Amino acid sequence: MIPGIIDWLTDPANWSGPDGVPAHLFEHIWYCALALLVAAAVAIPVGLAIGHTGRGRFLAVNLAGAARAIPSLGLLFVLVLWLFPKLTGDSAFLVPTLIVLVVLAIPPIMAGAYAGVEGVDPAARDAALGMGMTGGQVLRKVEVPCALPLIFSGLRSATLQVVGTATIAAVVGTGGLGRFLIDGQKVQDFPQMASGALLVALLALGLDLLLALVQRGVVSPGLTGRTVRRGNTPVDVEIDPAGRTVDAPAR
Amino acid sequence: MIVFDGVTKTYPDGTVAVDDLSLEAPSGKITVLVGPSGCGKTTSLRMVNRMIKPTSGTISLDGRDTSRMKEAELRRGIGYVIQHAGLFPHRTVLDNVSTVPRLLGVNRRDSEKRSMELLERVGLDPAFAKRYPAQLSGGQQQRVGVARALAADPPVMLMDEPFSAVDPVVREQLQDEFLRLQGELGKTIIFVTHDIDEAIKLGDQVAVLRVGGKLAQVAEPAYLLSHPVDDFIADFVGRDRGYRALSFQPTPRLPLAQERTVAMGEDVARLDTDWVLVVDERNHPLGWVEPRRVHGEVTSEVLHRGGTVARASGPLRAALDAALSSPSRRGVIVDDAGALVGTVRAHEVLTAIEDTDRPELEDPDHPGAASPAASGTSAPTSAASASSAAGTVSDASA
Repeated sequence: MIPGIIDWLTDPANWSGPDGVPAHLFEHIWYCALALLVAAAVAIPVGLAIGHTGRGRFLAVNLAGAARAIPSLGLLFVLVLWLFPKLTGDSAFLVPTLIVLVVLAIPPIMAGAYAGVEGVDPAARDAALGMGMTGGQVLRKVEVPCALPLIFSGLRSATLQVVGTATIAAVVGTGGLGRFLIDGQKVQDFPQMASGALLVALLALGLDLLLALVQRGVVSPGLTGRTVRRGNTPVDVEIDPAGRTVDAPAR
Repeated sequence: MIVFDGVTKTYPDGTVAVDDLSLEAPSGKITVLVGPSGCGKTTSLRMVNRMIKPTSGTISLDGRDTSRMKEAELRRGIGYVIQHAGLFPHRTVLDNVSTVPRLLGVNRRDSEKRSMELLERVGLDPAFAKRYPAQLSGGQQQRVGVARALAADPPVMLMDEPFSAVDPVVREQLQDEFLRLQGELGKTIIFVTHDIDEAIKLGDQVAVLRVGGKLAQVAEPAYLLSHPVDDFIADFVGRDRGYRALSFQPTPRLPLAQERTVAMGEDVARLDTDWVLVVDERNHPLGWVEPRRVHGEVTSEVLHRGGTVARASGPLRAALDAALSSPSRRGVIVDDAGALVGTVRAHEVLTAIEDTDRPELEDPDHPGAASPAASGTSAPTSAASASSAAGTVSDASA
């Protein structure tokens, strides 16, 4: 099995042309990126609004929960059957695929956004308002920066799911790394299927790593604990103020 | 000056948080709102910067009705310090302190310069500027919280239990520094606490509220302790109020006795006294030793450090405590620099207390004599004028 995969992956024929790894890898990344961008554009503002106002949480949680329960493959077939007569060319298959991926990606991204804002220290929010920040300033200057770790965690979780699920695009005849799985299965070419699966996994890990790096650059060190923890540094020493009673050192 | 005029806060469920509160917080003074939980003290405070909107009544700031001012503008002109500091975890200490000046449009360089000065002012090393709140202790965070509230130099400060989440030792330090700072800045402050000791220590004026948001009594602390208007106040100010009241009575000239002192490392075996005081090279007291039990030189291990030390210009309470806590029964009195000036016995402090005026209705401000002992020489107790205490509650069993 493993020698088969190595053979397949090292065969130059599999690395060129419209059916080669680079072409399908590019398609796969393209579908995922598009779906994630659309999902984030919808889910992050909605999530932030829910977290900031505290309104609509019940509805959002339940809708998101229900969305998670939708079987992606089933939804894909329904969408293809419904949209096929209305669309032409490649988009007849591509649009349903993207919708499925967007529906898949919205719940985790939205959950990350509202949980992140909701989790902001109420004292920090209270202080921000009390110091004269407007609602928008509180959101921009305090809530969003503090919510970033959870927003990223939502994005990363959505990315993993979308990269994995985007393989189903191949079921309805579009491209992506799923082609190797579907085509391989048709001709009982197990090394091809396994190689495709491996490539999907590697892509998912690679994108996750990329997002982790972005996260590291964007999230304040004050939130991640990457800074040095407090210790008994000399600056901690406090000179006794002009108090009324000067206690002698403890017995 | 902040004026509450018939302010009431009723919640939709019918709960009355604050009931017809009328109160003046004079300019440049600390007004403490104190009371049990549910008395509406925090609600009252938060109505000043309109974090909570009054149901009826008006609150005015130097004559301007706050309900007619823009919320954000009103708040930017009021320093706001809360219990857990509420620092922004994603911003450095410096950025936290610069928040309000930046909101007001001050450029980065100027606001950071001002913030650095403030950090120093609240007793934080400039090295903290680039740290994040998570790297600070609770007490340090609270100092940053105070610096942040002061950054735009607002004339008014609202402080909601700012020191209650830190341990007692740090709390006392923060309180002392807060008083020192207020001595320099003279802000108009409303300070909320549930701790009557803190109220009495910090307040120029203390307003006690009872559950249901009714104002029970407003008075200067010393007066409140000696003249509670009813059983609720008497109960609330507590059983130790006679002792606590001593905090307000600056030490009159106490009959200080010269104390025989030895230095660290000196041989005390041949001394025939019970206890002898050990001082360092600057004459600062270090602790007591019992020559009988020390065979040879005085070392750090044999030092008895149980006694507290009182400043000659400090309150009588500290002097009495120094005498009571001293193993030799002689309370150590030091000058403002911390150098020994002499010792005093408990009965001598009590005599001084008995000769001191109690705060009276006519003149609640200046109990007893104000002149502190200036030197360590023995001087007879003479500062207090004739006692005229009358009608004060003297037993604490109310």
